[in-house]
Amino acid sequence: MPDQLIFAMEVFLNGLMAGVLYALVALGFVLIYKASGIFNYAQGVMALFAAMTLVGVMNGQVPFAHLINATFGTHVYTFGWSVPALVAIIVTMGVMVLLAWAVQRFVMRHLVGQEPIILFMATIGLAYFLEGFADLMWGSEIKTLNVGLPQGINLWIDESTFNIFGYGFFIDNLDIVATVIAALLVAALVAFSQYTKQGRAMRAVADDHQAALSVGISLNFIWIMVWSVAGFVALVAGIMWGTKSGVQFSLSLIALKALPVLMLGGFTSIPGAIVGGLIIGVGEKLFEFSIGPLVGGATENWFAYVLALIFLVFRPQGLFGEKIIERV
Amino acid sequence: MKLKLATVALSAAMAAGPVMADLVFPSLSYRTGPYAAGGIPFADGYADYFTLLNERDGGIGGVPAKVIECETGYNTEKGVECYESTKGEGALVYQPLSTGITYQLIPKTTADGIPMHTMGYGRTSAKNGDVFSHTFNYPANYWDGASGAINYLLEENGGDLSGKKVALVYHNSAYGKEPIRTLEELSAKHGFELVALPVDHPGQEQKSQWLQIRRERPDFVLMWGWGVMNQVAVQEAANIRYPMENFIGIWWSGSENDVLPAGEAANGFKALTFHNVGSDFPLYDDLNKYVVDAGKAAGAGDQVGTVLYNRGLYAAMLAAEAAKKAQEISGNADINASDMRDGMEALEITEAKMAELGLPNFGPAFSVSCENHGGDALVGVTQWDAANKTWSLISEFKSTDGDVIGPLITEDSSAYASENNIGARCN
Repeated sequence: MPDQLIFAMEVFLNGLMAGVLYALVALGFVLIYKASGIFNYAQGVMALFAAMTLVGVMNGQVPFAHLINATFGTHVYTFGWSVPALVAIIVTMGVMVLLAWAVQRFVMRHLVGQEPIILFMATIGLAYFLEGFADLMWGSEIKTLNVGLPQGINLWIDESTFNIFGYGFFIDNLDIVATVIAALLVAALVAFSQYTKQGRAMRAVADDHQAALSVGISLNFIWIMVWSVAGFVALVAGIMWGTKSGVQFSLSLIALKALPVLMLGGFTSIPGAIVGGLIIGVGEKLFEFSIGPLVGGATENWFAYVLALIFLVFRPQGLFGEKIIERV
Repeated sequence: MKLKLATVALSAAMAAGPVMADLVFPSLSYRTGPYAAGGIPFADGYADYFTLLNERDGGIGGVPAKVIECETGYNTEKGVECYESTKGEGALVYQPLSTGITYQLIPKTTADGIPMHTMGYGRTSAKNGDVFSHTFNYPANYWDGASGAINYLLEENGGDLSGKKVALVYHNSAYGKEPIRTLEELSAKHGFELVALPVDHPGQEQKSQWLQIRRERPDFVLMWGWGVMNQVAVQEAANIRYPMENFIGIWWSGSENDVLPAGEAANGFKALTFHNVGSDFPLYDDLNKYVVDAGKAAGAGDQVGTVLYNRGLYAAMLAAEAAKKAQEISGNADINASDMRDGMEALEITEAKMAELGLPNFGPAFSVSCENHGGDALVGVTQWDAANKTWSLISEFKSTDGDVIGPLITEDSSAYASENNIGARCN
């Protein structure tokens, strides 16, 4: 088999893995949009906030230490204990639920019935607020996140492919874990929305707020629940991306990777986020591999958007999105 | 009664002699935003050195130093706003801390007569003082960095790099592209193959680049990265089991921030530098005594001795020494920006002076002149010890290839001079 074909196969597999990571971020957007019609600009920052909180809890860091020290002249930075990863994840999830409540109580509740653009602008404000709040709460230094996930080349795949092709493929163990977790997450989310009372209520709210209210569904509860689930997805995305690069401000920029995925997969479909992520991941990696060297490289960022735009032209609602026909 | 009181007050003021204004050193810092982790230690080091001079020596030449911080968020527009809002405060010298801000401020500072120090960043050809009268980039610039890396590799490989392959992983921006021309010239001179691999901002996803490195197996990898790009690159290099001792970053890719997230896997990673690392210098005893322990540190005091803190401290030390030189030349302790520029142009840093300041072997010896605003272009190499979580200087500060860099600087600065009708001013 020609070398270039073997290399392309390796790139294809890595593209799939990268796509799963993009899809993890996109899922959070889909959940909130599906339930409330809000494009949550703050989803990337929520991933950052969740990851920072997780590291802070694991390391026994005192929240708002700089503020406390500056106000009271103290020098407290840590509680002096460390918390096991699993416990810290549960505590962080509690914080994300609290955040969901606060967003609903202080922002969204006051904007019910407003135009979608107003709600979108509110999430922009929320993103900037949350960025500053996270910095103030946990500090802006780069933090190492280690919840015990494996990283580095998968030796079994390396050896197996070497025996077949004479060239060992590189697949990152972390990407394999991310794929498994994403699969479980999607299965759980689909099961939740299809087979649970709360899930059906969520879908009812998504279809028609007023009708849902008229049958006794609490809009407040559903929105808090949706923002909490989106917070959980943000935590998972934050763990995966934070393990790769350390937890730092740039983590919030992973949202940029989710946008073309959403455009392609549709804003309302959970499987769409996954399929969109895979297409974007594979497409951008193969393009960079084949065409990148001819045009100076660094094509991935813009090519993802070009790919999404091409899909948009032919299917504006995305691959799995709902076609909306408004009759005048 | 009121008149009497006013007369007494005025007499007392006159008896005390002329009131000297503070020596103002604006700090265009970035303590927020995506690059805050790099901006905070630099800003802390810069401020703490001046606090030390004030607390221990009563300032510079008897005049207190004053640091005015302005938050840029590493954003060019905000940086220019900071410059405009602080230049009227009696600013002596600007450290823009961003290549983008530097490019915007070169014409402005020249017109306003305020010098600018862009240490290890900015416009490389500003080394030519004949053209760039108010911009200084001593002791080293990006092209010195590129040449320093190749010189180090030459030394490690018995003076011969012919037939070797060197990959450059760079931030796909003006900053990241800076070393390419120099490396191309050096590649032609020394016979190695150069493979340039751009990484788009912010650099969170680099799988394609590192798969290519894994396929092409370059003998050495150089990196011009910043922010998250550095941490991801070090992690990806570890993932593909690239030998860390063959991986060298520019000085903006060689702080604790860049290697700690990868843990043990980052052990052996190297970075270029133009100043020493750690806190094992006599000056740090004073720093702890007068600043940190006295509760007067700019931050929490937890950055002291980190790579970027040391860089900020070194920048402040060079600014203070230039101010002393300016006071000496003008015969006036209360100097202005014009005096400061003259002081910077006459600056001479010797090892004896560094030892006297409590910083022996902290940075290279160099001198500045009208023609040469870039110093003697001496570059060292540091290496990361993951077990001890420390950087160590593993080489001396050594010369770079002036034969290659000199003509490139002349070419670029001449183009700037002709575009802006700037005539020669030295001689």
